[in-house]
Amino acid sequence: MFISIFGAVESGVIYAILALGVYISFRVLDFPDLTVDGSFVTGAAVAAVAITHDIPTILATLLAIFAGFIAGTLTGILNTKGKINPLLSGILMMTALYSINLRIMGRVSNIPLLSETTIFTQLKQAWTNAGIDTALSSILTSLGVERVPGTWATLMVMALVTLIIKLITDFYLKTEMGLALRATGDNERMIRSFSANTDHLKIIGLGLSNALVALSGALYGQYAGFADLNMGIGMIVIGLASVIIGESIVGTKSITRTTFAVIVGAIVYRVVVTLALRSTFLDTGDMKLITSFLVIIALIVPKMINNHKELKRKRKKRLALEQRLKGSA
Amino acid sequence: MLAVKDVSLTFNEGTPDEKRALENIQLELAAGDFVTVIGSNGAGKSTLMNVISGVLAPDIGHVTISEQNVTSLPEYKRSGYIGRVFQDPMAGTSPSMTIEENLAIAYSRNKKRTLRLGVTKKRRETFKEALATLHLGLENRLNASVGLLSGGERQALSLLMATFTDPNILLLDEHTAALDPSRAELITNLTREVVERTKLTTLMVTHNMQQALDLGNRLIMMDKGQIILDVSGQEKEALTIEKLLQAFQDIRGSKMDNDRAILG
Ligand SMILES: Nc1ncnc2c1ncn2[C@@H]1O[C@H](COP(=O)(O)OP(=O)(O)OP(=O)(O)O)[C@@H](O)[C@H]1O
Ligand SMILES: [Mg+2]
Repeated sequence: MFISIFGAVESGVIYAILALGVYISFRVLDFPDLTVDGSFVTGAAVAAVAITHDIPTILATLLAIFAGFIAGTLTGILNTKGKINPLLSGILMMTALYSINLRIMGRVSNIPLLSETTIFTQLKQAWTNAGIDTALSSILTSLGVERVPGTWATLMVMALVTLIIKLITDFYLKTEMGLALRATGDNERMIRSFSANTDHLKIIGLGLSNALVALSGALYGQYAGFADLNMGIGMIVIGLASVIIGESIVGTKSITRTTFAVIVGAIVYRVVVTLALRSTFLDTGDMKLITSFLVIIALIVPKMINNHKELKRKRKKRLALEQRLKGSA
Repeated sequence: MLAVKDVSLTFNEGTPDEKRALENIQLELAAGDFVTVIGSNGAGKSTLMNVISGVLAPDIGHVTISEQNVTSLPEYKRSGYIGRVFQDPMAGTSPSMTIEENLAIAYSRNKKRTLRLGVTKKRRETFKEALATLHLGLENRLNASVGLLSGGERQALSLLMATFTDPNILLLDEHTAALDPSRAELITNLTREVVERTKLTTLMVTHNMQQALDLGNRLIMMDKGQIILDVSGQEKEALTIEKLLQAFQDIRGSKMDNDRAILG
């Protein structure tokens, strides 16, 4: 139990970066970008190929980010210069990326990384040497947890990386450029009347969004120990589910809060799916069903709670009014 | 300051929906001119504004701003010289962003947008001072989401944002038309104040004839894509609604068919 939740949180923190990317396209730019399913794999594929060619892991990951950025800008160019509608631009790019990813991977559909040095094997090495894992595990054992995680390095470092990316995103969205990007998604006509090139902003925004998605893919591939041509299927829904779940739990009062919400959403999503799959009547094939169900809940429940609160408030007001009328009669 | 020369524009040319929206428009504004524009529905007023701001390209003719031919400059580049307030109070601001963030966007209009914070301590003070001139107390609500403001407040903010960085030209297209009378009056007064203080070269479309007479130093009337009347100075001071309607009848040989304009 502890181990599987631990694993869920671990992968949730990696998916949180994807969710932040999806947040930028869907929420900030108001652009339903389906490139994600392809650019996630692009990230994993570029990193995997680079690593198998003995390129240092950090550099391999940076290359993946760059590849994702390019993919995103291409979707942006299709939409703004080619005047193709947003959904279709994303679908076209996603479709093209399938073949491009296969090319990147050298015409094989799976690159194993289990015997390679990845960011995570390096981290694990460092942590074991520093004795942090043994210390943390002994604490857990003394708390009565029987099976302890192999390493804490992944979780801790990924949490740190995700946090840094969140902070950079927060900052960027408050810069002069970031404000213009947000206004582009909010009121395009207005921001054009303030001398902003909305085409360029959209292209850059989609580039950044897919750069994050590719980073998430690159890290996930190294975490899981392979890059697979089909590992991106449904990623857009996972990203969207994370955004929606997080927003409904944490709220969207400010940018800082919303990006935090997105990260929480990604982790909660993973944990809930993991728990659901542990029940006896659901199996891995039901994952998509669970995902849809979660998103529906996240969309409907907050509204129901609001309505309920509103009704309660009104009833209270009415009662008070009736009381007062009675008193004066 | 602003010159529109030989501008014509036809929508849907060569189709049954063909519509000549602008016909050989000649208009020249000196620096500091405040021109009010009236005319019946479909006269081409908004189309003229859109040609000046670069939303629409004219079929023929050209537009110059401060001696510079801007006819082929895209809208976003031209916006560096032009401040605009639209009829729809929702159109001129970004609703999900705060008041100070909206002002920061306006502040960056004629500068390169960088990776520096849009709202800084120093700028916040500038924003507060500017907001105080609206007398709406918005200077105390810098972090309020603009979507929460009333239509009048949003339109006042739009006006401030449009004039914030001293554009060369201010374009107002029925910017009080969607407001109730008291708020419309508030925005009208603010407009008068702002234009007087900043001496902005202004073109203001309105359906309210009284407003067109009260404001500005010059008045033009449009009909069927043409400028049919252009009065300024003393002559404009002496104008009344009756004289305007009479003038329309004299020129066009028919009554002005716009109840909204007469009642307004
Ligand atoms: N995008 C467009 N496509 C086709 N026809 C248009 C378009 N925009 C405006 N028109 C037509 O051009 C003419 C002039 O329109 P315009 O909006 O400039 O009028 P206006 O003077 O602003 O009128 P109103 O007082 O109603 O705002 C109208 O007949 C209108 O139907
Ligand atoms: Mg109009």
